[in-house]
Amino acid sequence: MTKKHILSILVDNEPGVLSRIAGLFSGRGYNIESLCVAETNEPLVSRITMVTKGDTAILEQIKKQVNKIINVIKVADLTDQDFVERELVLLKVSAKPENRAEILRITDIFRGQIVDVGQEHFTINITGDAEKITAILTLLKPFGIREIARTGSIAMFRENKPKS
Amino acid sequence: MSKLTGAQILLRMLKEEGVDTIFGYPGGVVLDIYDELARTDLKHILVRHEQGAVHATDGYARATGKVGVCLVTSGPGATNTVTGIATANMDSIPIVVITGQVPTKLIGNDAFQEVDIVGITRPCTKHNYLVKDVKNLAKTIKEAFHIARSGRPGPVLIDLPKDISIAKTSFKLPDDIELRSYNPTYVPNRKQLQKVVDLIKKAKKPLIFSGGGVNLSRAHQELTELAQKNKIPVTSTLMGLGGFSGMDPLWLGMLGMHGTYRANMSVSECDLMIAVGVRFDDRVTGKTDEFAPYAKIVQIDIDPTSIQKNIQVQVPVVGDCKISLELLNQMIAQEDMGKFKPEHKQWLDRIDNWRKTTPLAYDQKDVIKPQYVIEKLFELTKGEAIITTEVGQNQMWAAQYYHFTEPGRFISSGGLGTMGFGLPAAVGAQVGAPDKIVVDIAGDGSIQMNIQEMATAVQYNLPVKVVILNNGFLGMVRQWQQLFYNRCYSSTKFQHTPDFVKLAEAYGAVGLRATKPEEVEKVLKEGLACNKAVIMDFVVEPEECVYPMVPAGAPISKMLLV
Repeated sequence: MTKKHILSILVDNEPGVLSRIAGLFSGRGYNIESLCVAETNEPLVSRITMVTKGDTAILEQIKKQVNKIINVIKVADLTDQDFVERELVLLKVSAKPENRAEILRITDIFRGQIVDVGQEHFTINITGDAEKITAILTLLKPFGIREIARTGSIAMFRENKPKS
Repeated sequence: MSKLTGAQILLRMLKEEGVDTIFGYPGGVVLDIYDELARTDLKHILVRHEQGAVHATDGYARATGKVGVCLVTSGPGATNTVTGIATANMDSIPIVVITGQVPTKLIGNDAFQEVDIVGITRPCTKHNYLVKDVKNLAKTIKEAFHIARSGRPGPVLIDLPKDISIAKTSFKLPDDIELRSYNPTYVPNRKQLQKVVDLIKKAKKPLIFSGGGVNLSRAHQELTELAQKNKIPVTSTLMGLGGFSGMDPLWLGMLGMHGTYRANMSVSECDLMIAVGVRFDDRVTGKTDEFAPYAKIVQIDIDPTSIQKNIQVQVPVVGDCKISLELLNQMIAQEDMGKFKPEHKQWLDRIDNWRKTTPLAYDQKDVIKPQYVIEKLFELTKGEAIITTEVGQNQMWAAQYYHFTEPGRFISSGGLGTMGFGLPAAVGAQVGAPDKIVVDIAGDGSIQMNIQEMATAVQYNLPVKVVILNNGFLGMVRQWQQLFYNRCYSSTKFQHTPDFVKLAEAYGAVGLRATKPEEVEKVLKEGLACNKAVIMDFVVEPEECVYPMVPAGAPISKMLLV
């Protein structure tokens, strides 16, 4: 069964590493839904958070193939684990005077912020997991979404909960 | 501390890695390295084309088991290596390819003979490097050799800009390599091996299926012990030929698209398959759903990506073939095998019956049959030659009719199927094994893809023997056209082919020809006795096909036999 997976990949922070991973995915016909890369607290290591799709067998191959790349230190599949996921989205929405109050209310409910405002638009900053982002996009769509910039998901395991 | 140039560090590090031979071709940005090379005792084999350099390096590595090294210039020199690198990558051959690069300041400026070879070869190397600081050069070279030869071996490329080969730095031997992101598993999990032992105990129709990994880790003795002590018959992939003796009564021949009837039938009926160092390539499995339908499958491989990729297996064992088989043999020796008796008489009788009813066969009449040439070659060399092949019918007949007894004897482009591989690989193998008879089994098509390396063979007095099975066609493609495209021989007939005897002579080699069956033995004897490079041109049956044949995508039990 095809399913969305979030992979957290630790790699050497070196030129060309992203290209090795992206090339592996295109070369083997794997799917990348989103990709997010930045340095970690250790300057020689970067974390790549990748959202990909596939059935169990494909995912197993993906993880093994990624692990096989010499510059990859660790691959963790967060799916089916307890984890926190966040994505940052900037949304430019048409905001006619008669809609402004409603848009502000929705933004508020989703704990977003207006980061730019004009005669005819709001730019809204929203963070959350995939479901939350989908939900606000659905609600704001009728007003007219002019532009979207998304970071793609980043994610982390939750620490083990204390035993009760 | 003494200061050395990048070029000096490179050559020093090659010596440290035990390299004594380099295959290469000079050019602008590697001039400093070549200048330095002239002052060392490293042997340099000047090829005639960079593709030939990589194939020769590859052939050298396969024949000797050592890491092969190749040195070329930037731009076209580098791009010409790509086919050779991809060939080595598909067959997991340890080579280090050093390409020159334009000076670091010019990189990205479309400089003369600049190409992003690191970018181009990323998907077809095990790893690659662009050296941007001479201080990192020594460590990079050490790392490259470590990566090339360890784990599942493969090609590593080092791109070396001209200014780095000139720059000086104080040289210190690098420490041992430790890469936290690269630690291949050599020693397998014993619990997994115990499962294998348990399965062997229960098996009534066991089969060993061995591959290139057995040859690469030189696990042939351990494999032979496993097979002989437990009376388990053995089949192998093309890459696995030589991992088990082709003369052993337990040997079934190669399996797959052009496998023997008994090998393919054994796969289709076995109840336990012990797969060692294989990756279940489509040419082996045919239709995957019907591959080994009654078998529990055990797979031993050092590369986890080879496991559960094409075929779901019940017992995966990640580990080096040699170490794993050694442990497995020990465990079997200590185990109370209960009712298990290493006989499987019914099973072995059944296989023997297939051997009798449906052997590999051809009918030698008035025109020379290519299979006959190879059988004669086997006979005359007593099976002790190193055989390289090109790709196509010549390769399949070589695999079927020459019987290999140890690793490093059969050198062929299995995964990529590179025409033009055989001759340069033979050159490399002969450099690595000067006392062996090295024969390239070729077709009239593929020999022309790297025929220029005859000049290399002659220049270095390498007595490479080329056996051309000359059918005037691109034989394997023609065979497909005959069987699956209504005999529409679109662009597979050569309307013109050079006179290979004269061509050999023009290169300063010896040219011989046989046009009748009764001349085959004489020509082979004369060619093999010759201490120079020689081309033997055998004019063979133009429309002979390789059988058995499993049509692409069919189950391997459904073979075309004639």
